[in-house]
Amino acid sequence: MVSERVRRAREAVSTVVDPEIPVLTIADLGVLRDVTEQDGTVEVTITPTYSGCPAMSVIALEVELALAHAGIEDGRVRTVLAPAWTTDWLTAEGRRKLAEFGIAPPEATSSRRALFGEPAAPPCPRCGSGDTEQISAFGSTACKALWRCRTCREPFDAFKCH
Amino acid sequence: MPTTSITLDETPLVLHLLRRADDALILGHRLSEWTGHAPTLEEELALANMALDLIGQARLLYAYAGSLAGHDEDQLAYLRDARAWRNCLLVELPNGDFAQTILRIVLFSAFMDPCWQATTRSADPTLAAIAAKAEKEVAYHLRHSAEWLIRLGDGTEESHRRAEAALDALWPYSGELFEADAADQAMIDAGIAPDPATLRGTWDATLADVLARATLARPGDTWMQTGGRTGRHTEHLGYLLADLQYLQRAYPGATW
Ligand SMILES: [Zn+2]
Repeated sequence: MVSERVRRAREAVSTVVDPEIPVLTIADLGVLRDVTEQDGTVEVTITPTYSGCPAMSVIALEVELALAHAGIEDGRVRTVLAPAWTTDWLTAEGRRKLAEFGIAPPEATSSRRALFGEPAAPPCPRCGSGDTEQISAFGSTACKALWRCRTCREPFDAFKCH
Repeated sequence: MPTTSITLDETPLVLHLLRRADDALILGHRLSEWTGHAPTLEEELALANMALDLIGQARLLYAYAGSLAGHDEDQLAYLRDARAWRNCLLVELPNGDFAQTILRIVLFSAFMDPCWQATTRSADPTLAAIAAKAEKEVAYHLRHSAEWLIRLGDGTEESHRRAEAALDALWPYSGELFEADAADQAMIDAGIAPDPATLRGTWDATLADVLARATLARPGDTWMQTGGRTGRHTEHLGYLLADLQYLQRAYPGATW
């Protein structure tokens, strides 16, 4: 049975967005794992996307602020590593928002590819063409790679498949 | 935060975590030195991203080691003297030129890739969880650095010469990756860490593949450098720590 306080807390923290991809909420990203109440304390569990993701400390702070704004004073943020976040945790809604924002969403299932295997080409988020090429496996943030569309010639970010 | 250097009670698990963490932080620091100097914008981003991954892995490992040894991650990074660092010598050497920087990532990542994969099955759930993140990140590092090494080795006469010189310079530092002392053996026996000897075949195969594509000859068996795991470091680590630890040493406990 979920208490009214937990329901309110969940609603409040669900609106916290990723500071680097502000169209995605932490719920869309799958970074928000759980909201529970123990001995009168609301605990929000989050998980990092990448080991060195600098957004995590900002997200933790935003979660605390969101709780305070919702009138929950003694909220606590807990970070867990297991089960490890993968791009499979991105919700369908999150994938749709990413594409709309101009970032190619990751393939539906994460898997390790061979050392020199070609990455699967994401369709261009602008024109939809499948004729795209990777410029760099490392992009502007830890979670993105840099691609280019051969049809419309525009460069774009693609969410890395992890 | 205490202002003086700390010493740790190095149980086998704490020592194992420090060896992994120190490798990651020191290599991450070295890669961060390229920020603002990389040959292209894309490579600037790549080196900075790899540095960020490694420093992130180090933070997770320090946080865990610190929870066992009674220190926080900052104290472990900022308040240990060179003799208390447990990283292998390979990661503390200066970057050298771009070829040497890339080759070091190849040698290290070709070891850490199977190492982290095996560690995802660790009997220690916290370490297994850290490994589950790190193994995906190191796969990117290995692919990126290997692709560069192939382009350098199989590139121009000058790039081939530099890649070959880097291989000669760094090869004697690769043996330390496979060392296992009594503390490591205790971790292996407990199912917490993989036996590095079992990773040798994968490392050899990766290196053989990449070096062949890069038209580089694998150096012959040679005397291997050692000492980092027990705190006997090259002079380079001291200079690196002077940079890394400067702020907390000069302004103890400073926060902002
Ligand atoms: Zn296009």
